[in-house]
Amino acid sequence: MAINLKEMSKEQDLIAPGHRLCAGCAETIVVRQVLHAVGSPVVVASPTGCLEVASTPYPYTSWRVPWIHNAFENVSSTLAGIETMYRSLVKQGKIEDKGIKFVAFAGDGATYDIGLQFLSGAIERGHKFLYVCLNNEGYMNTGIQRSSATPMGTWTTTSPVGAVIPGKRENRKDVTAIIAAHDIPYVAQAAPHAWRDLMTKAQKAIAADGPSFINVLIPCQRGWRFPPEETIVLSKLAADTCIWPLYEVVDGEWKLNYRPSPKKPIIDWLQSQGRFQHLLTPQNEHVVDALQQEVDRQWSRLLERCKAPS
Amino acid sequence: MAKVMGKPVALNGDRAVAEAMRQMNPDVVAAYPITPQTEIVMRFSEFVANGEVDTEFIPVESEHAAMSACVGACAAGGRAQTATSGAGLAFMWEVLWVASGTRLPIVMHMVNRSFSAPLNILCDHSDSMGARDAGWVQLYDETVQEAYDNAIQSVRIAEHPDVMLPTLHALDGFILGHNLERLELLPDEAVKQFIGTYKPMYSLLDLDRPVTYGPMDYHDYFFEHKRQQVAAMERALEVVPLIGEEYGRLTGRYYGLMEGYRLEDAELATVVLGSTVGTTRVVVDELRDQGVKAGLLKIRCFRPFPAAMVAEALGDKKAIAVLDRSLSFGGQGNPLFFEVCTALFSHGFSPKVVNYVYGLGGRDTVPAQIRQVYHELIKIDREGVTGPTLRYLGVRE
Repeated sequence: MAINLKEMSKEQDLIAPGHRLCAGCAETIVVRQVLHAVGSPVVVASPTGCLEVASTPYPYTSWRVPWIHNAFENVSSTLAGIETMYRSLVKQGKIEDKGIKFVAFAGDGATYDIGLQFLSGAIERGHKFLYVCLNNEGYMNTGIQRSSATPMGTWTTTSPVGAVIPGKRENRKDVTAIIAAHDIPYVAQAAPHAWRDLMTKAQKAIAADGPSFINVLIPCQRGWRFPPEETIVLSKLAADTCIWPLYEVVDGEWKLNYRPSPKKPIIDWLQSQGRFQHLLTPQNEHVVDALQQEVDRQWSRLLERCKAPS
Repeated sequence: MAKVMGKPVALNGDRAVAEAMRQMNPDVVAAYPITPQTEIVMRFSEFVANGEVDTEFIPVESEHAAMSACVGACAAGGRAQTATSGAGLAFMWEVLWVASGTRLPIVMHMVNRSFSAPLNILCDHSDSMGARDAGWVQLYDETVQEAYDNAIQSVRIAEHPDVMLPTLHALDGFILGHNLERLELLPDEAVKQFIGTYKPMYSLLDLDRPVTYGPMDYHDYFFEHKRQQVAAMERALEVVPLIGEEYGRLTGRYYGLMEGYRLEDAELATVVLGSTVGTTRVVVDELRDQGVKAGLLKIRCFRPFPAAMVAEALGDKKAIAVLDRSLSFGGQGNPLFFEVCTALFSHGFSPKVVNYVYGLGGRDTVPAQIRQVYHELIKIDREGVTGPTLRYLGVRE
C-alpha cells in the first residue's frame, strides 16, 4: 500500500491532541506516522516513560485505540500476553478474527536497558507485534539521565561534565543489530524527517509474518538542548552525519535506505545541541575525534552489511 | 449443583494442581520453571503438547515476564494463570501490585519456597507472606486435595464481580508439592461447569469500546483507587465462603475462611496454616486423649484476614500459640502472629499469645515439636506468665 499523504490527512489520528508532551517532541509525530501506516484495528502498549505519562493523566486519555501500560521494563511481555490471548480466543472461537494488529511504543531506556531481556524473550518466541523504540538517547522522563543508547561524550545528569570526566565515556550499544541477530522477519532504523521511509517501514513491519522492530530517533529538545522548532532539522542532520543511519533488515538481508551526499562531519551534529557544547573546546578535541572514528567505523560496517559500495 | 462422584487418585501436589489447570483449561498460561513448582509447568506443557487443553502456553524467559504476560493476557479479556515459587515470586514482585491495582482476576498456583540467601529450595512461607501486602487474595492449602480444590475455587473468587482481584493459593513446597497423597478429582465437565465462562468487564480486544489500561494516576485519584481495592478485599471475606459452600455442595468438601479443630471447648489453642495443620491435628487428638483441652485454628484465607471470626474463635482461650513459617526481621513477631494479635486486641480480647517460628528452609516440623508448643502453653497457663513472645521450634541455638 503506497503512502498517500492526501488520503491519510482525511483519517482520524489514533492519538488525540491535548496530550502533555513537550513542544517540539518527536514522539507524537512518530506515533501518528506509525499508526497511520499501520491502520486499524490496532492495540497499543507502552511502558512507563514520557509517552505514557503525557498521554494518560487519569481520568483523561489521548488514546482512541485500546491501550495498556503495565510497568517500565515489561511492555514486550505485556503485549506478548495480549497477542497470545487474541490467538487463543480466536482459535477457540470465543471471539471473531478481526485482524487486530499489536504495536508497542517504548523509549530507549525501556528498550536498550531495563527491558532488553523481555524484548529478546518475546521476539525469540515469535509473538507477532511491531515494537517501535522511540529513541531519544536517554532517560528523559526522569530528567535526562544516560542510557546505553546515549552516545559517547554526551552530557546527561548521570554522565555530567566534570573537572576530570567530559560526559559519557562509553559508546552506545547497537540494539538494532542485536534485534536483527534474533533473525526476526523485519528490523529497521528510521527517523521522523524521513516520513515516507518511516511509514513504509511501519507498513512492511506490520505485514511481516512475525515480530518486527523499528528503532526511531526522537530528537528531544529538553534533553538534547536545542530550540523546539528544530526537531525535524536535527532528525535530518543525524542521518546526514551518519550518527543515525536509515536502513532495514528484511528476512536477514541488510539494505541501506539513505546515503547522505556529502556525508557531513560529526562536528556539525555536536554543534547543533547543548548536550555536546563541552566537546567544542580544545581539550576535548580527542573526544570529538574518537566519536568521528566511531561513527565512521559503524558506517563502514553498515555499508559492508548492506553490500553497498564504500 | 448436585454432588458428583469424585475419582480417587494418588497424585503429588504439583500434579494435582496441573490436573486442576487442565480441567480449568485457561485461555493463556505463562509460566517459568522453578523448583519446587517445576512439575506443574512440565506437566501442563505436556497437556498443551498433546492437545488436551485449548490453552496457549507462553514459555516465558522469566517469572517477571510470566506475570507481565498474565497482566496483558487478562486485560485482553480471557483467563490467565501462572505458577511459581520463592525467588520466582520475588522476581514478579512489582507486577503483583500491577495485577491487583489493575483489578485483573489472574490466578497463581504458588508452591512455597524459602528466599535466598543462603540458597535453599525447600519450603517456608517467606515468599507468599512477603507478598501479603500485594493486594492478592491468598489461600493456604493443608493437603494435596486442598491444593486441587483451592486451585479451582481461586478462579471463581478472583472473577467474582464483587472481588475482581488476583488470587493465589499456596501449597507447601515438597511437603505437598512432591508428596503423593490420595485425593478425589472431579469429572472434567463438573469443573468446567463450576468455573463457568469468563465475561470480562473491559477487554483490550473490544474494539467498539477502546479502553486505556494502566494510566498515570496522580494524587487526585490514586488514593480512591487504593480504597476501592480495600473494599474489594473486604467483600472477598463474603465471597470466599460463598464459593466454598457452593464447592461443598458439588464435592462434599466445604470450605470457609478458617476452620476450628476441637477448638470450641479448648483452653489452649494453636493457629496454623499450610501442611503443618495436619501434623497439629494429630497432636491435638493425642493431647485430648490425655485430657488436655487442646484445640487448633486453621487459617485457610490469609488475605483477606477473617479478623472478627478469628477473635471470636480465640477470645476465650487461656493461652494461644501462633505458628509462623516466615520471618519479619526486627519485628515484634511474624506475619500470622501480627494478624492474630491485632484481631484479638481490636475485638477487646487479650489472652496470652506467643509466636513460634518453625520449619524455615524446609526444616522438618514433627509432632514432638507441636507437642512442645502445647506443653509450653500448659506452662504459661499454669504459671500465669507469658514469658518470651518470640520462640523458635527445632532450631539449634
